[in-house]
Amino acid sequence: MSVIALDQKAKVARPVKETAEARALRETSPGQWFPYAAPQTQERDTRENAFSFRGISRKFGDKTVLDNIDLDVPAGQFIAVIGKSGCGKSTLLRLLTGLDKPTSGTLTVNKGTEGENRTRIMFQEPRLLPWAKIAKNVEVGLTGIAKGKEAREKSLAILDEVGLADRAEEWPSVLSGGQRQRVALARALVAHPYILALDEPLGALDALTRIEMQHLLESIWQQQAFTAVLVTHDVAEAVALADRVIVIDHGRIALDLDIPLERPRRHGSPELARLEGKILDTLFGGTD
Amino acid sequence: MMKSTGQSILRNGTGWLLPALIVLAWEIAARTGLISPNVMAAPSAVAEAFWRLLLSGELIRNIGVSTARALSGFVIGGSIGLIFGLANGLSGLSRNLTDTTLQMVRNIPHLALIPLVILWFGIDEEAKLFLVALGVFFPIYVNTLLGIQSVDPQLVEMGRVYGMSRTTLFFRVILPGALPAIFVGLRYALGIMWLTLIVAETIAASSGLGYMAMQAREFLLIDVVVLSILIYALLGKLADSFARLLERLTLQWHPAFQTA
Repeated sequence: MSVIALDQKAKVARPVKETAEARALRETSPGQWFPYAAPQTQERDTRENAFSFRGISRKFGDKTVLDNIDLDVPAGQFIAVIGKSGCGKSTLLRLLTGLDKPTSGTLTVNKGTEGENRTRIMFQEPRLLPWAKIAKNVEVGLTGIAKGKEAREKSLAILDEVGLADRAEEWPSVLSGGQRQRVALARALVAHPYILALDEPLGALDALTRIEMQHLLESIWQQQAFTAVLVTHDVAEAVALADRVIVIDHGRIALDLDIPLERPRRHGSPELARLEGKILDTLFGGTD
Repeated sequence: MMKSTGQSILRNGTGWLLPALIVLAWEIAARTGLISPNVMAAPSAVAEAFWRLLLSGELIRNIGVSTARALSGFVIGGSIGLIFGLANGLSGLSRNLTDTTLQMVRNIPHLALIPLVILWFGIDEEAKLFLVALGVFFPIYVNTLLGIQSVDPQLVEMGRVYGMSRTTLFFRVILPGALPAIFVGLRYALGIMWLTLIVAETIAASSGLGYMAMQAREFLLIDVVVLSILIYALLGKLADSFARLLERLTLQWHPAFQTA
């Protein structure tokens, strides 16, 4: 297990442009994990942490989107990040997946053991390649990891897990929205990621498909034991799925709440409703 | 299955109904003397001319010459257009350098260059190749560029997040995404290819279909003139059908080409 810390203070002068982002993407591709940062010897004890944010800030011009965030997420935890739109929750996810870089602060991502040193992101849209059959789309998740027959077998196996084994040879255009999102989930999971970042992946689905997807997500998370970071605006979804809910308000963590409930959780149970109320109070100022 | 085949025959059949009627009416009008043979040859006369020229080998030779010209001009102009389209779609530097110039040249009707081209190349093959290549270049260039620029940036971001290299990203995401637009350009270009060739061959040539038509005009062989025009139409249609076949084979994923 190795830990690579990335001190962003030295990088503040870098202009934040589309090209810088593109570069960040290339640099974080598998096998080239932050190649510009020398491996740190002063190993902080973050072994049980999947990732940690230390004083992370992200500014866009004058606007501070994330303000001095400190966050440690233990490996295997299911954490939900909630906030009003524009609160910086998506930025948090983009920083974690290397799509964006912090203005200041240190982001430590634990690489995990060999073979699972990957952070995957699932977007709000499925983003499937319309010109590739379903199985080929899932194989995109194995880019640079597996090829040919091996890739094929792995993607068929994961498709089976999301219940779409029989659709492997179809075009994405004939699938329903929920099915496409399941393919996207399969693509994100096929390489057994260490961290799975989910950017409102269920936001565009209808209510019933959503609940189905939540169950699927929960069961796969329990099987594969990855660290899940779910960004959502749906408080009920957050408390139903997560071990821990973070509320972000004005770029800061306004609430860090553990959800110590047994799984599977029943939708609409009083305990969930109580936690839900607490979160909504934080978001909207509440009673005080 | 039987039903759908029958339906497709019917659908294709109805398309040919009108042309057949027109030919029939034309033949009757010519036979009854309604149309003077000096103005328009009867379909039967055209068919006779076709048979005569086919037997003499003149027709095949001229079609061969014209087709070879059309295709080589198309390959030259099309590849240059594709290369510039891809380069300018992928690289901002390349676009900044060349796009303005190309857009300026595009606004000159390429057939306006005929006098200049004759001065440069005479009536040799180069003149025709140059004109066809120039005419074909722009539709391919413009549509390739447009196709690449309209590739969904979300898919490109996805490809990068999954660690695709530049080459993989190009072949798996960008090129397939640009392909529908490239095909639009291809079909435009095929039309322009024949148009340019007809004009070039009628003005300056010593062989080819256009030359055959012009020779026939000199000797008032109106049936051969009409025959040449018909063959041009047929070749144009053939090229377009070929492009559509290619389109259907490569764009199977596209909802517009799914015959379910």
